[in-house]
Amino acid sequence: MAEKRAIELLETKIQELRELNKMEEIDMSSEIVLLEKKLDALKINTYSNLSDWERVKIARHPERPYALDYIDKAFADFYELHGDRISGDDRALLVGLAQLQGKPVVLLAQQKGHSTEENKQRYFGMPRPQGYRKAKRIMALAERFSFPLISLIDTPGAYPGLEAEEFNIGGAIANNLLAMAELQTPTIAVIIGEGGSGGALAVGVADRVLMLENATYSVISPEGASVVLWKDKGKTKQAANALNLTAEHLLKLEVIDEVIPEPLGGAHKDPQKTIASFKEVLTRHFTEVCDTPPEELLSARYKRYRSIGCYRTLSDHR
Amino acid sequence: MAIFKDKHYLRVKLDKETDESLWMQCKSCGELVFKRRVRENNNICPYCGEYFFLTARERIESLIDEGSFTDISKPIMAADPLLFQDTKPYSQRIEDAQEKTGLADAIIIGSVVISGIAVVVGVMDFRFIGGSMGSVMGEQICHGMEEAIRNQCPFILVSSSGGARIQEGILSLMQMAKTSVVRARLAEQRLPFISVMTYPTTAGVQASIASLGDVIIAEKGAMIGFAGRRVIKGTIAEELPPNYQTDSFALEHGSIDRVANREHLREELSNVLRFFVRQ
Ligand SMILES: [Zn+2]
Repeated sequence: MAEKRAIELLETKIQELRELNKMEEIDMSSEIVLLEKKLDALKINTYSNLSDWERVKIARHPERPYALDYIDKAFADFYELHGDRISGDDRALLVGLAQLQGKPVVLLAQQKGHSTEENKQRYFGMPRPQGYRKAKRIMALAERFSFPLISLIDTPGAYPGLEAEEFNIGGAIANNLLAMAELQTPTIAVIIGEGGSGGALAVGVADRVLMLENATYSVISPEGASVVLWKDKGKTKQAANALNLTAEHLLKLEVIDEVIPEPLGGAHKDPQKTIASFKEVLTRHFTEVCDTPPEELLSARYKRYRSIGCYRTLSDHR
Repeated sequence: MAIFKDKHYLRVKLDKETDESLWMQCKSCGELVFKRRVRENNNICPYCGEYFFLTARERIESLIDEGSFTDISKPIMAADPLLFQDTKPYSQRIEDAQEKTGLADAIIIGSVVISGIAVVVGVMDFRFIGGSMGSVMGEQICHGMEEAIRNQCPFILVSSSGGARIQEGILSLMQMAKTSVVRARLAEQRLPFISVMTYPTTAGVQASIASLGDVIIAEKGAMIGFAGRRVIKGTIAEELPPNYQTDSFALEHGSIDRVANREHLREELSNVLRFFVRQ
């Protein structure tokens, strides 16, 4: 993309001028201001009309902040807990305790790897049954001690593999849906990157569902839809568009409650700023759900999910 | 949301005979068999025992006390909230499926009696867009469970579905959550939910309501699982056992309680219901 190259060039130029400004006695600040204005305009032009497919690519960007980046910066004292007590410890779905606004919370976090080695350990952020069972165990803990539950969602989907099927991945997901439906503690889910189908929803049934501006949430990946519906690997862009998988669409469909803004070009352009706006929006909802009586939360959660969907009523039933 | 023409469903005929020929060839053994004989035999090939698909209505008839069925489905049909179009517009796909099956969508909710026990059943029909779960199926399953609560009776769901209906995007995914919250209410009421998995019970349906039965019974020959053979082969080069995602695989690995032959399914249900319902 030519615009992206132009943005990079301008950024380098501004950086050079800044260096010059520091080193010598010449005042370059007016030039810098001018160039920065130009850069902003260019960025707005380039990034404000992103196609759904471009957002898919941003949601999957390897430099995008991952769950642990949010946990490090937006929460205090993360204390990780391990294992499902049955068969293992899944490294794609982390759980633990942390503090938010001085209150203990339980965190569920889908974590991708930054390197090939780390991705091998973390199965590219695709949880296995061990992960979902660990999550369910920790949900029970949250309920027992009335700790609010916060999930950070970022997964291409549940891990597709023989072992996962042997340990009944589908059943594990189903049981988490049920557990989250009845969980007697406040729950918030935030889609920070990829919301890959059942693998995402299995930690995503909540009182509040928030979503980063360039995150995606979908019943199937564009690649999957392209093959299943078009019988053609090449229709991913069309599929991305048809699936309505962006935050903007999901807000309109009333599946999510609020969109968390990202810097122009995506979260990876300025992780600090992204995490700051994440924290701002999250704490606002956190305060609200913590201030709501539990019975009220549960009945609102029930209504929210009971009414989800869109169909027509037949005026003349046979 | 979109504006809809309200004319289509009126043309839908009930129990439409879709093909005219009297004979069919078994795909498994190649024998030419008289169709009525197959139908009277629970859609099982009289020569080799191969199971053919049962429509939702045929399935219901095969499980219940004769004449006890009342259709209590909600009068609803699919909207097209995303104005979805792949190789065909979704609205057209729905219309075609309705023409083909005579059904409003891929599930029927019925009030029935099984061995003298009143039950609410939900039965999926694979012919209707692969039995996929969209907003209508999600709503009907919830409605079925709520009817069971209203009548204080058991709920039985017979699944035959490839998973969530892609054409309704995220709203289909959300039906997994929707059916779960109502399933929790059924549990609160201490009413039994028997899940019957038939060919196929996969992906979004297996990973939600179908796996949440108090008792899960698979029909022999069922396909049960989350990620299909193709997906696994595509992403991970893994050798899969020949019984991958079959009823025996699911039973062996503890995903289901029991397996029953089609001809014994009615008996199986009446046996299990007796533990929960005292007459
Ligand atoms: Zn045969």
